Amino acid sequence: FFIVGLIFIPIGIGIFVTSNNIREIEIDYTGTEPSSPCNKCLSPDVTPCVCTINFTLEKAFEGNVFMYYGLSNFYQNHRRYVKSRDDSQLNGDSSALLNPSKECEPYRRNEDLPVAPCGAIANSMFNDTLELFLIANESDPTPTPIRLIKKGIAWWTDKHVKFRNPPGEGTLEERFKGTTKPINWLKPVYMLDSEEDNNGFINEDFIVWMRTAALPTFRKLYRLIERKNDLHPTLPAGQYYLNITYNYPVHSFDGRKRMILTTVSWMGGKNPFLGIAYITVGSIAFLVGVVLLVINHKYRSTSNTADTVAF
Amino acid sequence: MVLFPRQPHPVDSMSLWHKASPPPLETWACAGEENWVDSRTIYVGHREPPPGAEAYIPQRYPDNRIVSSKYTSWNFIPKNLFEQFRRIANFYFLIIFLVQLIIDTPTSPVTSGLPLFFVITVTAIKQGYEDWLRHKADSAMNQCPVHFIQHGKLVRKQSRKLRVGDIVMVKEDETFPCDLIFLSSNRADGTCHVTTASLDGESSHKTHYAVQDTKGFHTEEDIDALHATIECEQPQPDLYKFVGRINVYSDLSDPVVRPLGSENLLLRGATLKNTERIFGVAIYTGMETKMALNYQSKSQKRSAVEKSMNVFLIVYLCILISKALINTTLKYVWQSAPFRDEPWYNQKTESERQRNLFLRAFTDFLAFMVLFNYIIPVSMYVTVEMQKFLGSYFITWDEDMFDEETGEGPLVNTSDLNEELGQVEYIFTDKTGTLTENNMAFKECCIEGHVYVPHVVCNGQVLRDSSGIDMIDSSPGISSREQEELFFRALCLCHTVQVKDEDHVDGPRKSPDSGKSCVYISSSPDEVALVEGVQRLGFTYLRLKDSYMEILNRDGDIERFELLEVLSFDSVRRRMSVIVRSAAGEIYLFCKGADSSIFPRVIKGKVDQIRSRVERNAVEGLRTLCVAYKRLVPEEYEAVCGLLQAAKVALQDRDKKLGEAYEQIEKDLVLLGATAVEDRLQEKAADTIEALQKAGIKVWVLTGDKMETAAATCYACRLFRRGTQLLELTTKRIEEQSLHDVLFELSKTVLRCSGSLTRDHFSGLSTDMHDYGLIIDGAALSLIMKPREDGSSANYRELFLDICRNCSAVLCCRMAPLQKAQIVKLIKFSKEHPITLAIGDGANDVSMILEAHVGIGVIGKEGRQAARNSDYAIPKFKHLKKMLLVHGHFYYIRISELVQYFFYKNVCFIFPQFLYQFFCGFSQQTLYDTAYLTLYNISFTSLPILLYSLMEQHVGIDVLKRDPSLYRDIAKNALLRWRVFIYWTFLGVFDALVFFFGAYFMFENTTVTSNGQMFGNWTFGTLVFTVMVFTVTLKLALDTHYWTWINHFVIWGSLLFYVVFSLLWGGIIWPFLSYQRMYYVFMHMLSCGPAWLGIILLISVSLLPDVLKKVLCRQLWPTATERTQRRVQHRAPADATPSRDRPLLKDLLPQSRRR
Repeated sequence: FFIVGLIFIPIGIGIFVTSNNIREIEIDYTGTEPSSPCNKCLSPDVTPCVCTINFTLEKAFEGNVFMYYGLSNFYQNHRRYVKSRDDSQLNGDSSALLNPSKECEPYRRNEDLPVAPCGAIANSMFNDTLELFLIANESDPTPTPIRLIKKGIAWWTDKHVKFRNPPGEGTLEERFKGTTKPINWLKPVYMLDSEEDNNGFINEDFIVWMRTAALPTFRKLYRLIERKNDLHPTLPAGQYYLNITYNYPVHSFDGRKRMILTTVSWMGGKNPFLGIAYITVGSIAFLVGVVLLVINHKYRSTSNTADTVAF
Repeated sequence: MVLFPRQPHPVDSMSLWHKASPPPLETWACAGEENWVDSRTIYVGHREPPPGAEAYIPQRYPDNRIVSSKYTSWNFIPKNLFEQFRRIANFYFLIIFLVQLIIDTPTSPVTSGLPLFFVITVTAIKQGYEDWLRHKADSAMNQCPVHFIQHGKLVRKQSRKLRVGDIVMVKEDETFPCDLIFLSSNRADGTCHVTTASLDGESSHKTHYAVQDTKGFHTEEDIDALHATIECEQPQPDLYKFVGRINVYSDLSDPVVRPLGSENLLLRGATLKNTERIFGVAIYTGMETKMALNYQSKSQKRSAVEKSMNVFLIVYLCILISKALINTTLKYVWQSAPFRDEPWYNQKTESERQRNLFLRAFTDFLAFMVLFNYIIPVSMYVTVEMQKFLGSYFITWDEDMFDEETGEGPLVNTSDLNEELGQVEYIFTDKTGTLTENNMAFKECCIEGHVYVPHVVCNGQVLRDSSGIDMIDSSPGISSREQEELFFRALCLCHTVQVKDEDHVDGPRKSPDSGKSCVYISSSPDEVALVEGVQRLGFTYLRLKDSYMEILNRDGDIERFELLEVLSFDSVRRRMSVIVRSAAGEIYLFCKGADSSIFPRVIKGKVDQIRSRVERNAVEGLRTLCVAYKRLVPEEYEAVCGLLQAAKVALQDRDKKLGEAYEQIEKDLVLLGATAVEDRLQEKAADTIEALQKAGIKVWVLTGDKMETAAATCYACRLFRRGTQLLELTTKRIEEQSLHDVLFELSKTVLRCSGSLTRDHFSGLSTDMHDYGLIIDGAALSLIMKPREDGSSANYRELFLDICRNCSAVLCCRMAPLQKAQIVKLIKFSKEHPITLAIGDGANDVSMILEAHVGIGVIGKEGRQAARNSDYAIPKFKHLKKMLLVHGHFYYIRISELVQYFFYKNVCFIFPQFLYQFFCGFSQQTLYDTAYLTLYNISFTSLPILLYSLMEQHVGIDVLKRDPSLYRDIAKNALLRWRVFIYWTFLGVFDALVFFFGAYFMFENTTVTSNGQMFGNWTFGTLVFTVMVFTVTLKLALDTHYWTWINHFVIWGSLLFYVVFSLLWGGIIWPFLSYQRMYYVFMHMLSCGPAWLGIILLISVSLLPDVLKKVLCRQLWPTATERTQRRVQHRAPADATPSRDRPLLKDLLPQSRRR
């Protein structure tokens, strides 16, 4: 027990400290509050609706910074939802492309054309666009856009093995011929991105979305902000504003939308749980060890006498 | 059993009617056999009886095909499936599987279909293979050639073509192809010798007798000319009973009617010995033979563990249903908001929307049931079965229980009761052959009050060895000399011993010290001992030849007696008689039997002297028999013959009628003397009894012997100690007082002491002075058991049970076999429902062996009937100690851990699933991948527990043997009580909570990778699953005390297997899967640090409370077992020789704890 305690406590402290060093900022832009700049976007009439939220970073974010979007009350783990996809279609199988799996119902066919990508997951893909600008200083009103990298947000294996565009020569549009876009999408799958290696099924935003979250409140990686060099922090302290193209409705199911900026350590994002748990378990083990030592000591004397009596 | 048409088929009989000579109608009508529904008529050689005798009614009997196989190739699949799904568990899984097929359920049908299919297939293959073997054996049987007599010629045919009524010839060393009536043999006296080793295991030779009127037919032509019909009962499974009669028609005289008994019947399966050939007529063929009828399996005994397992199963079923109900209800409460039921991003299909609400709710309920159904694992049954099956081999392989003398080890006839051996509270043991060797030695005889001892030192005097006889009392007069010789002759004649020539020594013992190389064989060792004893006294029984018994008397002359009748022994009469005619033409009846059955029939003789001697001998633990005789005048003999003949010919109630006839014949006897035979105690019997008593087991001795003998044996084997106060509940006392008074008095004595006697005192080494032994005899018992008109008998029974419970030892003497079973039943169904064990060796113990929870047969001298009917058979009584204290203890520990662990690991498995429903909108989303769901119970966690349940030895064998009191630790199903069960269940729930919420807090709203990428729900489930597999396996490792390389291999191997499997499963895009959800999930999880840290943390947290509980309980409230474990542990380093049974892990753990 002492050993367990002695091992666990330092680990816990280490994790806790690491976790505390992580910078994280979370901005809710659902817009349900009347004061929110995005409140206007709640009505479906305004399309496209762009809103802007200002925020300040007290401290600079160093190292690579990760930009997430977070959704709440969104049951991506609902069974009907989880299974509503066709992995063969996503893997570039041409027969599945034109004849998607039954699991995709009711997002399987639209106006007698097969939906690509089919299913509820794909259909409900997150389609807000987030842009980040740094307001350099009060004097200079022209904001600097922060470069957001959209590659490297999905698992490598997903992007390169699990998800494949339909085979064939020609443009992506031709390869997707005979299919229609999901109902809720604004544009078809072959127009998700301008770059060839980030378009169609292998669009990383799409792949990230397709990895269904475990819990109803979740976040998904949106963009990377790479650090420029060692001297400058990636995101220096200061005033920023977030430019949102508000497309994704969540208020109908009481959902929330957030944008999160965070740095990571070797152990991921900010999560005090592991550290606290380690410390607690370590201390409990230590305490129990002490108690047992006392009991053992007391008992030993009595048991020895008992043993000698018995024998 | 197949029902055979008792009446001829109308059409058949009509069609045959014309072929056969038209029978006189009136005979047919007035044959008067209508009331014999249960009899059959056989026409020997298929010859119709001469007209006027009886109707020729051809009957249809099955042919001689033996079908022991259950299935044929075409009905195998449906029938086997039907058989398998009759088991409730299989049926349950089938239902789950069907539900999965029909409705849209969270898990694919594969997850439950595959294990079920696996189980069913394995079972089917096993059964199919067994059946194939049976088929092979059957066809070998059915095709073996048999010699028929057809039209006076010998014909070879396949055995299966044999029909009832065929005349068959069997040669020496051949087995009989069906049940035959013995017509004639090549021996002049019409006898043949037979061994029934394959039927009942008795290797002794038995003599069978040909029908008197046919024994002269020695050639095929003769036998073919035989014209006879046989009437006999319909086939019955009893091997030793047969009644029938034969009508032999001859042209010259009237038909002769002869009785047929089991001595005329040659059973299928028996082997002809010492006889060149015999002729017989087939009466029962194929599946109607007595051997085939005996194939029927015994009723199933179920162990207490199995019963509690079933109760737990029901509890879990209730949990399962309530879980499903809760979730269904919550689902509809939660869904009442429309945006939850059907948000825009996750719409239902049209057909789903239109479904009726109740139908939907019901489908949801079923779906939840399916989701949680793993809580009752299909593999548990398989594992338990395998554990029992494999485990039973450990008993068979035990070298300590191998008996050098007989060359036989223990036999396991059922593997279902292994753990019951660890739960025994009452042992009912037979005395003769079980506690004692049943190896009789003639000690002395008492003739007319004079005691004779064959060359033995007696009273300090070395006796004259020349004659080998001594008279302790005054030398007898002339008359007593005559009496003496008569007595010896009586002993020489009144028995059923056979003499074997030297060249046929297979099993039976040689008489030790006689010049003549005679070997006596008998089913009763007493008789052999007596005949041998008399041989030493100068009278040698030579043989039985042509109904003449030859005796070599003291002067070296051969005396010949004609054996007229044998009134055979049975356990009700407890005596046997022979009627012989001496050379001088005098007819004697010699009767030999227990004193109680002889004395009332004696009218003359020195009864008192002999009685006192008999009683003295009985006190010394000797078996006594009394011998009496009667001289019959020819008229009396005629009357006797008539009586016997009448009884023997009777078809119905023959036994009863015979008994009555015997009763009439055996009376007005003249007492000759008594014999005493010593029956030595089996080695270590006393030691065994003492150990069993220390283990908290109550030992009862049930014997047919008389009280004094039995009590002496009890003292000898330390069942009663010097301090034991004996309470007697015997006929004698009841005669003095009323039963009521006696019972109340006894209970007062006993209860008074038990009041002062605290439980702890009692569980001590029981050397305390309040140690009661009860002696009860059969008559008193039947009084107690007899139901009264006023229904007060229940009262007596209760009182009696009360007394018995407070006695450390009970001796029941003068028990009939049925009473033994009655006692067992009485205890078995008493208030506490204790587990009973019956052990015995003879046919008279079979009823109690079958009645008790566990029946153990001692492979003894009185044949193998007990061993055949028992659940376990052991060579010696002393092996019972190891059987119970070691094997029983181990099996109980093992199976209880197995059961509890199975429930535990499935709670761990399913409870996170249940919790997850709260986070996925009650949508029945599974937490784990299908492959994990399927394989969890089959391969990830099954082998370690199976191995544990086979190998675990929580303390060493030696310790268990040395310290019988450890047995008390597991008494009364201690490890499967509700408290323990609830502890395990809560442990499972706690662990499940730790897994789930640990993972939940780790994943909640944050990333855990260093590259910022997010994990999905499958990673979440995989994390929970990984933690769970490790925890559950390590928990077992913590519980394991006995580590062998194979344990290490399996435990670490299965963890490794899990990891390798997961890597593989996620490493490839499996083309046959419609989904690729697990692709690289496991690798990604392992690639991030926090997952590792989390896994380690969660495993430690979930194991912590169990370790803590163990340590605390060990320190504060150690059980005897744990104290012993500790002591062994302390001693082990001191001894410096690492003992084999030293618990390895337990040694490591306390060290780390103590630091």
